[in-house]
Amino acid sequence: MSSTAGNLLALEGVHTHIGAYHILHGVDLAVPRGQLTMLLGRNGAGKTTTLRTIMGLWHASQGRVRFGEKEITAQHTPQIAGLGIAYVPENMGIFSDLTVKENMLLAARGAKSAQQIDDTRLKWIFKLFPAVEKFWNHPAGKLSGGQKQMLAVSRAIVEPRELLIIDEPSKGLAPVMINNMIDAFAELKRSGVTILLVEQNINFAQRLGDTVAVMDNGRVVHAGSMAEFSADAQLQQSLLGLAL
Amino acid sequence: MFLKRLLSNDMPRSRLLALLLLAVFIALAFAPFIFPGVKALSVAAKILVFVVLVASFDLLLGYTGIVSFAHTMFFGIGAYGIAISASRLGPNWGAVLVGLGASLAISLVLSFAIGLFSLRVRAIFFAMITLAVASAFQTLASQLSDFTGGEDGLTFKLPELISPSFEFAEEPFLGVSLDGRLLCYYLLFVAAVVLVLALLRIVNSPFGRVLQAIRENEFRAEAIGYRVVVYRTTAAVLSALFATLAGAMLAIWLRYNGPDTSLSFEIMIDVLLIVVIGGMGTIYGAAIGAVLFVVAQSYLQDLLRIGNEAASGLPWLAALLSPDRWLLWLGVLFVLSVYYFPTGIVGKLRARAAK
Amino acid sequence: MKLEFDWRPLLLAPILALVALPLTGSFSTWLTLTVAGLAMGMIIFIIASGLTLVFGLMDVLNFGHGVFIALGAFVASSVLGLMGDWTGSGELWRNLVAVFPAMLAAMAVAGAIGFAFERFIVRPVYGQHLKQILITMGGMIIGEELIKVIWGPAQIPLPLPDALRGSLLVGDAAISKYRLLAVAVGVVVFGVLAWTLGRTKIGLLIRAGVQDREMVESLGYRIGRLFVGVFVVGSALAGLGGVMWGLFQQNLVPQMGAQVNVLIFIVIIIGGLGSTGGALIGALLVGLMTNYIGFLLPTLTQFASIFLMVAVLLWRPQGVYPVANR
Repeated sequence: MSSTAGNLLALEGVHTHIGAYHILHGVDLAVPRGQLTMLLGRNGAGKTTTLRTIMGLWHASQGRVRFGEKEITAQHTPQIAGLGIAYVPENMGIFSDLTVKENMLLAARGAKSAQQIDDTRLKWIFKLFPAVEKFWNHPAGKLSGGQKQMLAVSRAIVEPRELLIIDEPSKGLAPVMINNMIDAFAELKRSGVTILLVEQNINFAQRLGDTVAVMDNGRVVHAGSMAEFSADAQLQQSLLGLAL
Repeated sequence: MFLKRLLSNDMPRSRLLALLLLAVFIALAFAPFIFPGVKALSVAAKILVFVVLVASFDLLLGYTGIVSFAHTMFFGIGAYGIAISASRLGPNWGAVLVGLGASLAISLVLSFAIGLFSLRVRAIFFAMITLAVASAFQTLASQLSDFTGGEDGLTFKLPELISPSFEFAEEPFLGVSLDGRLLCYYLLFVAAVVLVLALLRIVNSPFGRVLQAIRENEFRAEAIGYRVVVYRTTAAVLSALFATLAGAMLAIWLRYNGPDTSLSFEIMIDVLLIVVIGGMGTIYGAAIGAVLFVVAQSYLQDLLRIGNEAASGLPWLAALLSPDRWLLWLGVLFVLSVYYFPTGIVGKLRARAAK
Repeated sequence: MKLEFDWRPLLLAPILALVALPLTGSFSTWLTLTVAGLAMGMIIFIIASGLTLVFGLMDVLNFGHGVFIALGAFVASSVLGLMGDWTGSGELWRNLVAVFPAMLAAMAVAGAIGFAFERFIVRPVYGQHLKQILITMGGMIIGEELIKVIWGPAQIPLPLPDALRGSLLVGDAAISKYRLLAVAVGVVVFGVLAWTLGRTKIGLLIRAGVQDREMVESLGYRIGRLFVGVFVVGSALAGLGGVMWGLFQQNLVPQMGAQVNVLIFIVIIIGGLGSTGGALIGALLVGLMTNYIGFLLPTLTQFASIFLMVAVLLWRPQGVYPVANR
């Protein structure tokens, strides 16, 4: 799949090795601009490795990663993030010893102090995830798993970014909170943000997903529209072992 | 083949290395005859001591992966054991045995405690702690002057058989007078050979292999079922015991011991240098490295002196080349070795042979 | 800042001081010893703070930190040597005018050498602990020898400027003026460090980086550059500590770096690698302990700090304030 004007992010034939282990065996992935792409697959399929390779945390041994017109395969993580990509890893990456406020301040690259964080944006985040406001001055380590998850996503959206890469945001969240998160992503999509999401939750896929890519054994084995995928129960069964 | 069994199946695996080792062995075996003179024999004896000391450190660092700066402490215990008992109980074999036994016992207890403690804390903590302990021990040795002779150390006599005044033949043999000094040298030689072979046996035994497994991946070793605590503590104890024996060898040769002779940090650095240059995790590296190092150390100063005089026109250059600053150049060599020769000489030779 | 603050370690130093009170016999002796201990502790803290941050932030163990201590002290001795008439004067302000540039020069040189050290010695072995230990030790040996080349191998006296000598009398106790100055400087350094770490974005980055370097990079910050900065500042602080230590002893030897090194390690182990607050507590404890034991049982002085360290580690094997995520 070549990089067309419609794709914000494209991976071509990406191989990744971790030490002696060959994890990604030629991943081809296209993330269309302004849409939400879901990355599905069984545990161990290579989804997290793909995300880390995009972010430069692990380097591709072969193949290319393109962001817009730029090739970012060999770039370092801070540079990649600086291009306008926000990454929420599976372990959330919360700094437990820092307060919620400090966590958010760190994510707000443009702000030198908490006062400089965009007010409107913050209010929007507080509305979506009340826990962030409630525990503003508390150490982030004191938050529950679900609350940390919300903080992690809040950090990713505290400043406008072109691409959000998120690894399993709904893990451990109560259904009510999951709805809030879905609303948040829907609104982000409306405002033109591109999202690449690894997620097991059915609701997410059905309500938000535009494109879908399924991975297995370090390769993308199916890519297409979500509409098609949702309609084909047999395909879902064979690729994921479950129906959406 | 007999040689294989002797070396516990740990062959040099490189023709050049085998030749070097053989050359070293022959040189040391016949040193009194090949290299006449007092200084040469002292250099040879020092090499023997260091080979054992560094090989024991290699067991700990190269095979088990533990960084400990307390090694010189055990070296010192062995040396002081002989020194103190010979001073107090007189120049007889009984005193030597008592000293040896006592120092081994103390080393056993201390290394056991240190080994156990190392597992409560992280490796880096452990390295720093051993540094502190070794430094404190050195101070203690100079402070307990009633016992240890303080800063001045202890001079003592040894059984007549190995003292220079004893002559067991009238005529010199092949130009070398057959006296106690010669016997002493050969005592050290035999001891060194036996101890090195013993170390080879240990590292090539199932025990040694488990150590290497632990070094590579402690978590996995524990998961397979090996109790890491037991293996590491045992390695620490063994390593300390061999170091103690090396210390005893040193004291027997010098008939003197003081805080600087066996406890100084310089010695620790020397050991580190030798094990890195020679090759970690090889035991043979200790032999090759020790020869190289001791010879260089003994004769480097002469070399520097020449350079120093030649550069007398440029005072700053002369200061850099002063023979007193040989440690500077050793330090530079050390840093370069860590970068460019991480596997040491033995590693490089084996890699070349394997191609 | 934090709601649930781990206050127990804060009590360690006061408890030690209180325990020592009855043992030292008289209040005035106790006061003199305590101030001496606090002063020594503060100086050690200044030196140790850089090292613990460097380790916490980049997992780099600099066994050669002592070289900056010695360097700072020797540079200061040269500067002070040039300003003999200022130091010889009995007026305080004149003395300070001499001491201040000496400190600045020490910090500048130590910082510059720190920059070179990081670039050429530390950076190539990033991530490999064993090599780091070996190489930084090698770096220290080279540094010590170079000091001998430049300043000679013998010890150099470093007398205190006139106005800073002597003591103030508080009741029966004689409190050394210099020690009070040391405590003051230590408090200022701690204050600046605490403020930087707690209230500035750079400090925030450092604290976050100590916890999770990868995440900080994922947020778009080039933490590698920050590290160089921390290393240089840490080296400069070590240089400052070296000057103060030298004035404390009134004597300099090229090996002083190696000697103080051991104490520094004990301090940061007690404090927890990566924690400045912990380093302060550890430093004060070591300073107090050394002085109390030095008075009560002089032969055991060397071991005092080690006993302290073992005791603390038995209580908390990771140190007093272990940094999370490690």
